[in-house]
Amino acid sequence: MQNLLNWIDARFPLTASYKAHLSEYFAPKNFNFWYYFGSLALMVLVLQIVTGIFLTMHYKPDGAMAFASVEYIMRDVPLGWLIRYMHSTGASMFFVVIYLHMMRGLLYGSYRKPRELIWIFGMLIFLVLMGEAFMGYLLPWGQMSYWGAQVIINLFSAIPFIGEDISTLLRGDFVVGDATLNRFFALHVIALPLVLLGLVVAHLVALHEVGSNNPDGVEIKKHKDPVTHLPVDGIPFHPYYTVKDILGVVVFLIVFSAILFFAPEMGGYFLEANNFIPADPMKTPEHIAPVWYFTPYYAILRAVPPIFGSQFPGVVAMGVAVVIFFALPWLDRSPVKSIRYRGLNYKIALGLFVFAFVGLGILGILPATELYTWISRVLSVIYFAFFLLMPWYTKNDQALPEPDRVTFHSH
Amino acid sequence: MAINPSADPSKRRFLVAMSSAIGGIAAAGVAIPFVASMMPSARALAAGAPVEVDLSPVEPGMMLTVEWRGKPVWIVNRTPEMLAMLAKHDDRLVDAASEQTQQPAYAQNATRSIQPQYLVAVGICTHLGCSPTFRKEIAPADLGADWPGGFFCPCHGSRFDLAARVFDGSPAPTNLVIPPHHYMSATRILVGEDAKV
Repeated sequence: MQNLLNWIDARFPLTASYKAHLSEYFAPKNFNFWYYFGSLALMVLVLQIVTGIFLTMHYKPDGAMAFASVEYIMRDVPLGWLIRYMHSTGASMFFVVIYLHMMRGLLYGSYRKPRELIWIFGMLIFLVLMGEAFMGYLLPWGQMSYWGAQVIINLFSAIPFIGEDISTLLRGDFVVGDATLNRFFALHVIALPLVLLGLVVAHLVALHEVGSNNPDGVEIKKHKDPVTHLPVDGIPFHPYYTVKDILGVVVFLIVFSAILFFAPEMGGYFLEANNFIPADPMKTPEHIAPVWYFTPYYAILRAVPPIFGSQFPGVVAMGVAVVIFFALPWLDRSPVKSIRYRGLNYKIALGLFVFAFVGLGILGILPATELYTWISRVLSVIYFAFFLLMPWYTKNDQALPEPDRVTFHSH
Repeated sequence: MAINPSADPSKRRFLVAMSSAIGGIAAAGVAIPFVASMMPSARALAAGAPVEVDLSPVEPGMMLTVEWRGKPVWIVNRTPEMLAMLAKHDDRLVDAASEQTQQPAYAQNATRSIQPQYLVAVGICTHLGCSPTFRKEIAPADLGADWPGGFFCPCHGSRFDLAARVFDGSPAPTNLVIPPHHYMSATRILVGEDAKV
């Protein structure tokens, strides 16, 4: 066995990679609950890829056959319903995990120097994931698939001068149709997953280069053992964090299975009722809303009134609301990273931001009444103020002194 | 460069810059077929043929939806009462006189139609492309006491009157599009083509 390993190691860095990324990757010893979601995201990605492969064995990307082929998977393919619901539940749970993973970054300043590139790769993953989810939602070719895609593609028409041509290029037709479905299938099953995998590798390589942040936001590399040169507050990822993450996986899978077996449509939030009606280009459903994970941004889109007869400002606001996260490492001027040592300013700002984000998410599901539109406007202002005022309120924050080493209480 | 001290580094830089530029142009050229393949195909272009519609089954006050270029086209048989309502809310409209070219010249009038009785409009909201719902009843509970009958978009709440003109305060920036159409006889129209002169 050792001989085989030696033979491989002389030709491929197997043991070296195992050590560098698992058994001798030293992570801070004080990780808490919030540190489950990175590994969970990776697991959901694998789940989506595997279930996706099996769905493509039965699915037909054709305007005339797509809806029926999904129903065929649900009714006639042995356990096809299970694979399909795993994939659709996995899509929503992916966003649950990713939003919590991003929240961790906001809590502990994980995007701060020297981890700016980890954050940027992560945000690119988030963008690609949104595209992946949007294109995947068209494939069942139900009413919500169709009209959701119609609305989102029309967002590009709002771009002055070239918008109409861009929309046509995306659809491959003048309305959402067979050509659109076919290309969305291609992008969903091959193009975007490849990009996603590449970005995940970049995200992890960058993480393992600088090392993980932790709930105290202090660098463990500051204190190294004089003999071994290893961080004294670090523990090997394997076995310590692999064991911890397995516990997280078990709890996650319990929740996942409960949804999968008892409420796969989640009362219309994971799979909307209207999507069980075949796409009809002649008739828009009475109430149309995107799937829950897009609703905060959808509410921002609706909150911005047209200016000079153009809905372009709303589209820009929605785009900026997503992209503004990229600037976070340079907007934050606080002397400390972790919320544990930040002053009241940041705590209030983050609280308001979470309130605005959740509030917009709820409003994005509800029909647009005058009152709701006004509430959306107020919440949108809070959303953007969190970012735009950040240089000011983090600089003037009454931060507590950071500890020299991570705080850790053994049980 | 250290290998050969007599080599001129500026020549090498020039060669690298030139080959990068030529390579970039080649890459852009190779992109052309891929982008072109994403444009509407010949089949999609051919699907835009005009549609002939028989108006006789459309009862007064009723709406018929037909498909033209994959889009819904509404044909509403407006009653005299409906037509009388049209002039009463000009002050609440964005473009009451239809000054923006959302219609052919022959439909730029108070009723936005060739014959006042029949409205022919593309049923796609000018906001983000949903198809508004026909709400002909006057002042229903959900649309308010000042609703004169018209079209309500369920997606983002845009409101249009029975001449497909947008009400002020809607997300939609402009009136709905009136497609090119003409009367082949008293009860038949051709949607998608202007009258031949």
